[in-house]
Amino acid sequence: MAVAGWNEADAREIIARLAPIEGALLPILHALQDEFGYVDAAADEMIADALNISRAEVFGAIAFYHDFRRAPAGRRVVKICRAEACQANGCEQLITELRARHGLAPDETSNDRLTIETVYCLGNCALGPAALVDGELVARLDADRLAKICDGGSIEDAQVAAGASA
Amino acid sequence: MSAPVRVFVPKDAAASSLGADAVVRALVAATHERGVAVEIVRTGSRGMLWLEPLVEVETAQGRIAYGPVAPRDVASLLDAGLLSGGAHRLSHGVVDKMDWMVRQSRVTFARVGAIDPLSLSDYRAHGGLRGLERALRMSGADIVEAVKQSGLRGRGGAGFPTGVKWKTVLDAAAPQKYVVCNADEGDSGTFADRMLMEGDPFLLIEGMAIAGLAVGATKGYVYIRSEYPHAFRAMSDAIDVARKAGVLGASVLGCGRAFDMEARLGAGAYICGEETSLLESLEGKRGVVRAKPPLPALEGLFGKPTIVNNVLSLAAVPTIVADGAQAYAEYGVGRSRGTLPFQLAGNVKRGGLVELAFGATLRDVIEGFGGGTRSGRPIRAVQVGGPLGAYLPASQLDAPLDYEAFAAIGAMLGHGGIVVFDDTVDMAAQARFAFEFCAKESCGKCTPCRIGAVRGAETVGRIVAGIEREKNLVVLDDLNKLMTDASLCAMGGLTPMPVMSALRHFPEDFRRAPQRQAAE
Ligand SMILES: Cc1cc2nc3c(=O)[nH]c(=O)nc-3n(C[C@H](O)[C@H](O)[C@H](O)COP(=O)(O)O)c2cc1C
Ligand code: SF4
Ligand code: FES
Repeated sequence: MAVAGWNEADAREIIARLAPIEGALLPILHALQDEFGYVDAAADEMIADALNISRAEVFGAIAFYHDFRRAPAGRRVVKICRAEACQANGCEQLITELRARHGLAPDETSNDRLTIETVYCLGNCALGPAALVDGELVARLDADRLAKICDGGSIEDAQVAAGASA
Repeated sequence: MSAPVRVFVPKDAAASSLGADAVVRALVAATHERGVAVEIVRTGSRGMLWLEPLVEVETAQGRIAYGPVAPRDVASLLDAGLLSGGAHRLSHGVVDKMDWMVRQSRVTFARVGAIDPLSLSDYRAHGGLRGLERALRMSGADIVEAVKQSGLRGRGGAGFPTGVKWKTVLDAAAPQKYVVCNADEGDSGTFADRMLMEGDPFLLIEGMAIAGLAVGATKGYVYIRSEYPHAFRAMSDAIDVARKAGVLGASVLGCGRAFDMEARLGAGAYICGEETSLLESLEGKRGVVRAKPPLPALEGLFGKPTIVNNVLSLAAVPTIVADGAQAYAEYGVGRSRGTLPFQLAGNVKRGGLVELAFGATLRDVIEGFGGGTRSGRPIRAVQVGGPLGAYLPASQLDAPLDYEAFAAIGAMLGHGGIVVFDDTVDMAAQARFAFEFCAKESCGKCTPCRIGAVRGAETVGRIVAGIEREKNLVVLDDLNKLMTDASLCAMGGLTPMPVMSALRHFPEDFRRAPQRQAAE
């Protein structure tokens, strides 16, 4: 995902554009994160002013929802599913291996190259273990394919390999 | 030159996750190279997920299916006469005659996989919009009555009669009412809402428009979880198409009455599937659960009377209105009328979506459709109804899939997710996970849930570690009762269901010789 760095003028424009809609807070936060890769703390006051709510309410919402980030993520974002159906297909063993062999772990690894996060269900529960990689869905992960993905490898290669592993 | 052959390849996220987009590129390149004309149509998925990417070719006999197709198979498929439905090791014959398809009652999913999801003319040609057209000639009360008569119960989990809810909203006098579709689909093992939104979004739009006309609501929202970017795009695009075509807007199909809608994105919070939390979230707040009463039907979104229904509840409505309540109610058993799209997931050989009338058994689905486990090992446990649903042992596979029969065995159907585990599963670990999940996803409003879930995870940890095992088993039991009785919503209230069912059916997993690391 190519994202621009934080830019106050652009942020102000996004907020002004979306503020008039009903229930604008989440759409604004999503739009800011789409644009900049995260929601800069400087946005809180701008949003609060635009929506006529307190800064604490803005901050509270950002803290409540797992999606919103306070700092940029890595160039590759791997959201790995750890819910029951993927557990039944061994997602926890995959994660144990990822840590043991590569020193990487969900919710711990985050640098400018790679961010790994836990999610609970991606709606691909018949084809797990599943992950959402830079917004694209990947199925039937194994240790090898997961490691390649974390190394910045091609998402489509992982998808095709999963398809061929039926 | 002859007309191009139509080739259908799903664009469903699950198909993409197995390389469907690469298959399309390979098809385009290879047919171009051979100088043959094809028209590739991207569809939803038929639900035979283990066969994805499933490619279909239109022939005089019907659509011939091939799968799972990898890009490297394309050359041999074309050599074998793919474009005229030629024989190949990946061929399954006519898709509509495949065992998996023939044995279902595809009502809600009739069009999914067959049509181009964003083509309104395809939708119409396959029976779409008949319900809405009929609804335009009915009074609101008559529409509500039809929904009541159909016996439709909410498909989001709680199974509340949809017609009763609509009646409350119809009878509430207010200048503004809303229709909110709950597409948060957070339950592990479920993907029917996703597949419907990606595969037949106009059906949901039609259902919401009928709901709006029925109760006098002019505005609708579909709240889609952010884990579903593909469904969000499909839904947003379909809404734009429907608006341009006059299905949505100031005058629905030219009737003079307004209904319009928007897709909104969640932000990664399981609790936002709970209807009042969802409404808070739509209003732009933290997704903290509201106390009931007031019912959302009376004071819902922005305090206005609001229908909140699951995707599948709303998607059943066009058929009910078009074909009559009686036709829908003929499916099913007892007080469970109609069909439910079951989602077969986890450790299963043939996973996917199976729409059946209520009353089939778990075994029909897991063994008949699913073919047993993917690992080839024996089935040990099945979790039905998402993370708040019970774990059932293999000895209960003959349980009929209906709301009452499941309640009778201390379980629930929920949103129809069926997750299969083989004999390597550690049920104490699953019980502990149920608490950990609740602790992580709790909205924090009430103590039994917020504190209880953390205590529960610790207590299971101690039991497994062999620390004062008997005493802690009693503590666990008390905690389960407290959470069941005193939680404000079903998040805390039902977390004991997976825990207690694991304890009841798999007590040996809680009484193993302690392992050191389990106590951390
Ligand atoms: C913790 C929790 C999560 C829920 N998640 C969902 C969900 O993802 N989708 C859904 O439709 N209903 C969900 N529900 C049920 C809703 O609160 C509500 O009953 C439903 O949206 C009503 O629609 P229906 O009558 O059509 O089922 C959830 C309930 C709870 C307590
Ligand atoms: S039970 Fe849990 S999720 Fe529900 S209101 Fe209480 S704290 Fe919130
Ligand atoms: S449980 Fe992993 S995708 Fe649903």
